[in-house]
Amino acid sequence: MIGFSRSARINIGVMAILAILPVFFWWTGQTFYLSLATRLVILAIAAVSLNLILGYGGLISFGHAAYIGIGAYAVGIPAHHALYGGMDFIASNNGFFQIALAVVAAAVFALITGAICLRTKGVYFIMITMAFAQMVYYFFVSIEEYGGDDGLVIDTRSEFPLVNLDQPIVLFLVSYVVLVLAMWLVNAIVNSRFGMVLQSAKGNNDRTVTLGYNTYLYRLTAYVISGAMCGLAGALLGNFATFISPEMMDWSRSGELMFMVILGGTATALGPVLGAAVFVVVAQFLSELTIYWHLPFGLMLIAVVLFARGGLSGILRGKGS
Amino acid sequence: MTTLLSVKGLKKSFGGVTATDDVDLDVIKGELHAIIGPNGAGKTTLISQLSGAVKPDAGVIMLNGANITHKPAHTRARLGITRSFQITSLVMDMSVLDNVALAVQATDGHSFKFLKPARKIGHIRDKALAMLAEVGLAERAEDPTRNLSHGEHRQMELAIALASEAELMLLDEPMAGLGPEESATMVAYLKSLKGKRTILLIEHDMDAVFALADRISVLVYGKVIATGLPDDIRSNDAVRHAYLGEE
Ligand SMILES: Nc1ncnc2c1ncn2[C@@H]1O[C@H](COP(=O)(O)OP(=O)(O)O)[C@@H](O)[C@H]1O
Ligand SMILES: [Mg+2]
Repeated sequence: MIGFSRSARINIGVMAILAILPVFFWWTGQTFYLSLATRLVILAIAAVSLNLILGYGGLISFGHAAYIGIGAYAVGIPAHHALYGGMDFIASNNGFFQIALAVVAAAVFALITGAICLRTKGVYFIMITMAFAQMVYYFFVSIEEYGGDDGLVIDTRSEFPLVNLDQPIVLFLVSYVVLVLAMWLVNAIVNSRFGMVLQSAKGNNDRTVTLGYNTYLYRLTAYVISGAMCGLAGALLGNFATFISPEMMDWSRSGELMFMVILGGTATALGPVLGAAVFVVVAQFLSELTIYWHLPFGLMLIAVVLFARGGLSGILRGKGS
Repeated sequence: MTTLLSVKGLKKSFGGVTATDDVDLDVIKGELHAIIGPNGAGKTTLISQLSGAVKPDAGVIMLNGANITHKPAHTRARLGITRSFQITSLVMDMSVLDNVALAVQATDGHSFKFLKPARKIGHIRDKALAMLAEVGLAERAEDPTRNLSHGEHRQMELAIALASEAELMLLDEPMAGLGPEESATMVAYLKSLKGKRTILLIEHDMDAVFALADRISVLVYGKVIATGLPDDIRSNDAVRHAYLGEE
């Protein structure tokens, strides 16, 4: 792989392992591990989307799980009505329709809430993004038709021609392709003119405004792209779990997404994926051992923040301080 | 002689402090107009109101005959006002070149362009490099901004102000914190800009001001107590009393 930089080689290596290992699990019939990998990949998409605004935009959103919920319900609600009738205009098992609904609904929610949240700064921004996410949470808790806080079973997965998401390996591969596309897109965006403005506004907003950039609009645009991408992750998660509930968008879920991004390394291409991998794998094994499995995460996060400013991705590239 | 910037009745107070007290000011196209005044006179506050960073309580700001009093800072930048900061204000995490390129990019249409790598856009990079060369920083182009010295940061501020192609440059103490040699370089550089850009210069160093300015306004406690040619200011009794420290 001559011609690739060290960090590009690491990215390709990690992404290759992430593709090959689950296929091996599937080949050898270890469905449990395949399903773990699928969840990992889907959460990685959400973390990649959060990294766009948190890592590159410096916008500490504590409400990103709302988009996962919106995306998941955008699959669950049409599927529910397709089975039980009612709401004919959205009742459908068509995957394209459901995905489009997930992305558009998440984008619209991001546009409306972002327009308000981005008027605030610092800790107010954190609180208000969290408040909007809790609003969505309680909204779905209150709708009995969709199970309230008991949640909703998705009886039929999104239907696509030729692609059958009921097969675990297919769902994994689809999720993996979406992850790679999401990483590519975020990488392209942050290196584009738009991304330069976004990163400059993070580093020094006054300076960026003084240059003639309406940083509010740039941030809002990034916020909407990020929300839409996370909505897509939510649609995949709905298909994966075939069960959705407001618990998916609880504030602690948003905290977990932040954890993944920060642990893995903010403003890096691979960071969110590494963070999601560590989170999913470690949470799985620790939660079998103890109910206090959150504690080691806290310690891990403190260690990374204190000793490795670039997160896990920084350590891999040999840049940990 | 056409007036580029015209300020009438500008007022701003912070709580009990009147930072700008009924300021009238005209800046003529092409001149280097210096503003002097003791610390706390309201010089930075005045610049911030001109650039749009601070909203005035009252008064009117006109640029090329258009009222810009209520225009946001980013719009004013597009209309041709740029500023440098008394306290260095750069994006420390980005490279020197990226900082300047961002200023060039702002003159090259809108930046809602998402896919093409910004660092591969030749005309933007080339122009940013030319600006850096002009202030003597070409060799530092790829370095992280935070690694540069204070003096180099001041030069970067200037390169950015230049790159913006603004008609009116508001420079807030560009010599602040520079050693004698660096200051001399900066003065020589500002001199070479004279006539090419309209400059409103805030400066403490009297020698520099009298060497550079076409006209000088004196600000004391938020009020303009005198405006005139350097020789008039030097011999103005009120100015000598209030500011130049002579009885
Ligand atoms: N954001 C602010 N909040 C409160 N007081 C301010 C603020 N900015 C400036 N001031 C006050 O306004 C006065 C003028 O300040 P400034 O414009 O910085 O003066 P100068 O640049 O001439 O030294 C000072 O008394 C200062 O303390
Ligand atoms: Mg000042």
